[in-house]
Amino acid sequence: MLEIEGLRATVSDKEILKGITLTVKPGEIHAVMGPNGSGKSTLAQVLAGHPAYTVTGGTATYDGQDLLAMDAEVRAQAGVFLAFQYPVEIPGVSNAYFLRAAYNEIRKARGEEEIDPMSFADLMDEKMKLVEMDGAMLTRSVNTGFSGGEKKRNEILQMAVLEPRLAILDETDSGLDIDALRIVANGVNSLKRANNATIVVTHYQRLLNYIVPDYVHVLANGRIVRSGGKELALELEAKGYDWLLEPALA
Amino acid sequence: MIDSYLRGFETFSRNGAASAPQWARSLRLSGITRFEQLGFPDKRNEDWHFTSVAPLAEREFLPLTTGATRVTAAQLSPFTFGATDWHTLVFVNGRFDAELSSTASLPDGVEVMSLARAYDEMPVLLEQHVGRIASIDAHSFTALNTAFINDGAVVHVRQDVEVARPIHLLFVSDAGAVDGVIQPRNLIVLDRFAKATVIESYVTVALGASAYFTNTVTEATVAEGATLTHLKLQRESAQAYHVGTLDVRQARDSHLVSFSFATGAILSRTNTYTELRGEGCGATLNGLYLGDDEQTIDHQTRIEHVEPNCYSRELYKGILDGASHGVFNGKVYVHPEAQKTDGKQTNNTLLLSERAKIDTKPQLEIFADDVKCTHGATVGRLDETSLFYMKSRGINARTARELLTYAFAADVLETIELAEVREALEAATLRRYASV
Repeated sequence: MLEIEGLRATVSDKEILKGITLTVKPGEIHAVMGPNGSGKSTLAQVLAGHPAYTVTGGTATYDGQDLLAMDAEVRAQAGVFLAFQYPVEIPGVSNAYFLRAAYNEIRKARGEEEIDPMSFADLMDEKMKLVEMDGAMLTRSVNTGFSGGEKKRNEILQMAVLEPRLAILDETDSGLDIDALRIVANGVNSLKRANNATIVVTHYQRLLNYIVPDYVHVLANGRIVRSGGKELALELEAKGYDWLLEPALA
Repeated sequence: MIDSYLRGFETFSRNGAASAPQWARSLRLSGITRFEQLGFPDKRNEDWHFTSVAPLAEREFLPLTTGATRVTAAQLSPFTFGATDWHTLVFVNGRFDAELSSTASLPDGVEVMSLARAYDEMPVLLEQHVGRIASIDAHSFTALNTAFINDGAVVHVRQDVEVARPIHLLFVSDAGAVDGVIQPRNLIVLDRFAKATVIESYVTVALGASAYFTNTVTEATVAEGATLTHLKLQRESAQAYHVGTLDVRQARDSHLVSFSFATGAILSRTNTYTELRGEGCGATLNGLYLGDDEQTIDHQTRIEHVEPNCYSRELYKGILDGASHGVFNGKVYVHPEAQKTDGKQTNNTLLLSERAKIDTKPQLEIFADDVKCTHGATVGRLDETSLFYMKSRGINARTARELLTYAFAADVLETIELAEVREALEAATLRRYASV
């Protein structure tokens, strides 16, 4: 589904990703972990097409297509979804309007008909239960005045509505209390299908108690320094990142 | 080019002035005298530093003499918000039109009528307020308006009366206004604990590319505990010139909620002034200006905090495209006595093109030592992070830009409490910027 080969990227001429190689197959959950500044959020943003980053080397192939050549909206229409670490507030655009616009764009890209507001309301009712969100959130402006937890739940709601094939969760657990974390994780788990895949970017092992990964990768200084199964996350929790950083620097 | 106005005044004082009471005639005389002394302001005048009125001053606009109208109710329907039960006064080319107006259902304690009728029915009230609020000393456009006081609207709401339905003063210009100057003079008087919403609309129908000049002055006095909501909607034709002043005096515990929406005219200036002359007052001055092509849209606000324990809130936003030029000059004066003043003033402008520009000058002058006042201005383009966020959800770049542009304006439009106006302006703004 996704093959990343030697991916390098810079922001403001500073190299952040220094050759990332990673393969994600349908049905898999990959956790990308690492200390602050390791480049894990950059990886997530580069895959989603954030314009602030410049790809300077390597490739990323998604479903046989050159992902890096696609505009951000084309990636989304092709099924790539990024749950933002810091969801953006858009005062003046209601959550419902935003979601329906996104949903319809993605349907159009798939050659499907646009959904009417009534059917969309039914769809929303169903999806909102998944993240235990109140209907009032739909009439509010996108993320505006939302608490940290509400913003993250709103990200997962968008994910539930848009049904991506490749979901990238960028530190979705940061700033969440345990209840919100559980709600978010339940949402992600219930969206799991045999033909979609998830990349979970996180600093803490805690989230992985709820979203159990098939693979864990440790990112340090722009490179993957260790890959393993879910037990690697537990090892990181017990030992921290330092024991992996030393050889990486050497 | 003030000669045409001086000549016009001579004709006017021979013909139209006769029916007015003596105080009005002497007021006019002081107006023309002051206008002759001041002339049109130039850029040396601090209040006009960013806006050149030369294009207006160099043209010859004549006072309109005919009252003939071809405007129909159907032509007005785009500007009446679908409301059939509002109290509406219609003025065509500056003249009151009784047939197009509807004030039949006014509740007791509310008087809404043309200035000409008010001379007879409310002579004391008029003499007490007209020309006593809007100063002509330093304002040449107010002086010019005062010289030609002849028609306009008078609104009087008596003590404890709350007017449930909006009062709409609709000033419409048509082909009859070509090369003319229209100078409405309005007065709004709210007695103690009264409450009313007054809308002033300035619109154009079936004019084509011809020019005319609207120079309007509204004086308002809001007595103790009263609340005035004032919406000014300037949607004149693209060739029109517009100068409008709202000048308000607030007594203790009174509230003013003002909104200025400006999209029309090649050159427009909107002044919104209020003096908070008692304790416990509140003033909210919001506005939205949408400019394009070669338009100049200038707003000047002045809030005078004279007494302690008052608040003022000000949010003006603008979207400028083409080679349009926006000006925001907001002044908040806090007098020495006005302790515990709570003031906040914000001006945000979104520039959609390289050629559009904004001059913004939020000013605070504070002479009291125990106050909480902030002000700020931002000028920017669409936020790249927000654009990326929308695109990352599959929304194409063009739609994302359109939605964000609309959204920029939407939050200040949301402050309009009157649903019919809010929704109409939201829809118009959405249509203007979004093809969805």
